[in-house]
Amino acid sequence: MEGVADLESQQVDKMEMLTKTPFTQKATEEPQYKLIAENIVASYNGIEAVKKVNMKFRDRAVTALIGPSGCGKTTFLRCLNRMHELTKSAKVTGRVLLDGQDLYSNREDAIIHRRKIGMVFQKPNPFPTMSIYDNVAAGLKLNGVKDKKITDQIVQGCLEMVYLWDEVKHDLKKPGMSLSGGQQQRLCIARALAIQPEVLLMDEPASALDPIATQKIEEMINELKKEYTIIIVTHNMQQAVRVSDYTGFMYLGDLVEFGETKQIFENPRNEITAKYVQGQFG
Amino acid sequence: MITIEQRAEFRKHFRNNISSRLVTDKIVKGIVFGCVLLAIVPLGSIILEIVRNGVPVLSIEFLTAPPGAVGSADPGGIGPAIQGTLMLIGMSSLIGVPVGVLGGIFLSEYGNNRYGNMIRFFNDVLAEFPTIVIGLFAFAVIVLTFGYFSIVAGMFALSVIMLPVITRTTEESLKLVPVTYREAGYALGIKRSVIILRILLTSAKSGLITGIMLSVARVAGETAPLIFTILGNDDFFSGFDQPMDALPLRIYRLANLPYDSATAQGWGGALILILIILSLNVGVRYLFLRKRGGGGRFRITAGR
Repeated sequence: MEGVADLESQQVDKMEMLTKTPFTQKATEEPQYKLIAENIVASYNGIEAVKKVNMKFRDRAVTALIGPSGCGKTTFLRCLNRMHELTKSAKVTGRVLLDGQDLYSNREDAIIHRRKIGMVFQKPNPFPTMSIYDNVAAGLKLNGVKDKKITDQIVQGCLEMVYLWDEVKHDLKKPGMSLSGGQQQRLCIARALAIQPEVLLMDEPASALDPIATQKIEEMINELKKEYTIIIVTHNMQQAVRVSDYTGFMYLGDLVEFGETKQIFENPRNEITAKYVQGQFG
Repeated sequence: MITIEQRAEFRKHFRNNISSRLVTDKIVKGIVFGCVLLAIVPLGSIILEIVRNGVPVLSIEFLTAPPGAVGSADPGGIGPAIQGTLMLIGMSSLIGVPVGVLGGIFLSEYGNNRYGNMIRFFNDVLAEFPTIVIGLFAFAVIVLTFGYFSIVAGMFALSVIMLPVITRTTEESLKLVPVTYREAGYALGIKRSVIILRILLTSAKSGLITGIMLSVARVAGETAPLIFTILGNDDFFSGFDQPMDALPLRIYRLANLPYDSATAQGWGGALILILIILSLNVGVRYLFLRKRGGGGRFRITAGR
């Protein structure tokens, strides 16, 4: 409970931080934000899991969300592409702006916008009845892409981006489930990339994988961020340090601190953040 | 790497017919809702009719007294029939439930071989058997052997009818238990039999109970096999070697009588039968499922 009191007193700091720092930009260059979350409040059964979170995500950068279990990271992530409201008894208020357009303004736009926001889940979840090829092509076929050549081109391109093409190019007809866990996860990332998103949400994408598969995913993230805006939820702080440019620390539904990853881990301004990144709790 | 310009290019191949998709969505929702209404109308009208016609004859006497003489001023009640139905449900469950559940366990846990497939096949055939044939079977096996109609013969027939339904639903609900539960059990060094009985069965409880209640509801309404087995009786239970009355049988007899009072009593009997099945169902569910947290609501786990 002490922690909560601490938080209250630091609310002001936090807001200051968000508006002024951490982006020490040259005055000439306006920072480019791809995705902006404004006043996001998300609840299950009336219990608030995310309390008024404001966050801006830079284009072509990786933003990591860290925090102890149950702090609302995943819930917040799921608000960003309107997945949260699909859960029964869940409610969201606030705005999510993608390139300045509000995802929550109406349903019709949301579907178009959601195609620009891909999502990767914690556990690899390829469609069990589909082949490797069909898994990647699923989002295309179901969104009305009929052109076989375009589909082939996209499937190959996406599999290449996740470094899977060389491993599976002769086995595209094999079931997606026949791959190993790490390959399955990369297949799922390729599937997410196939609908040509601009933002990629990743919910602990490597927590079910071994170090080598994890390393591959991290390499891939480093490569992908040249073209995509990536937001990754992770429990693994080393991973956050390795892959992210910016880090947000969430605690009890609040965004406690948000800044450059280096600063968050080396010089946290908030006491709770400091304790967490030093591994004193969580 | 697909650049942002390429992505915009690729995206042009997508169909952007969102508004028409939303219209289709509404139409399909309407059709689904209409089908639900269509399904509810007969059910609702049957219940309404039974309640409307059955409630006026309800009284303590109707529920407890034996039937009066046919066509007399005092029509009596359906006491023996209620007693018979309750006894039959209880006695046939006594045989049908354990045998059915154990059979289901066998099929799900030990039945992935030729014998399992054979049993599964015959079990399915048995489930589709006309119940009147099962009644005749009980007649041949029990009634002819012992030389009298009795509640034991009725119990035998009804438990045979219950068996395949319970076996099948038990197997299916055990198979739905995630394999991780099983693995977690093995990892704790628990014996297979204990895993089945203490972990799998409790996880599959809700499906199991649905299957059992389904079969109870089915046998409670059976009429044909009872004609050959318990025969019918105007008196209360007087021994396992005596013919016995049961609600469906009584309703059938009453409905065939040419007196208005008898027809009215038939409606009353139908109402009572429905109420018995309903209260059994609700009661059993309450007893066995109330402790489960969240009341079985399904929730997408959002992780943390």
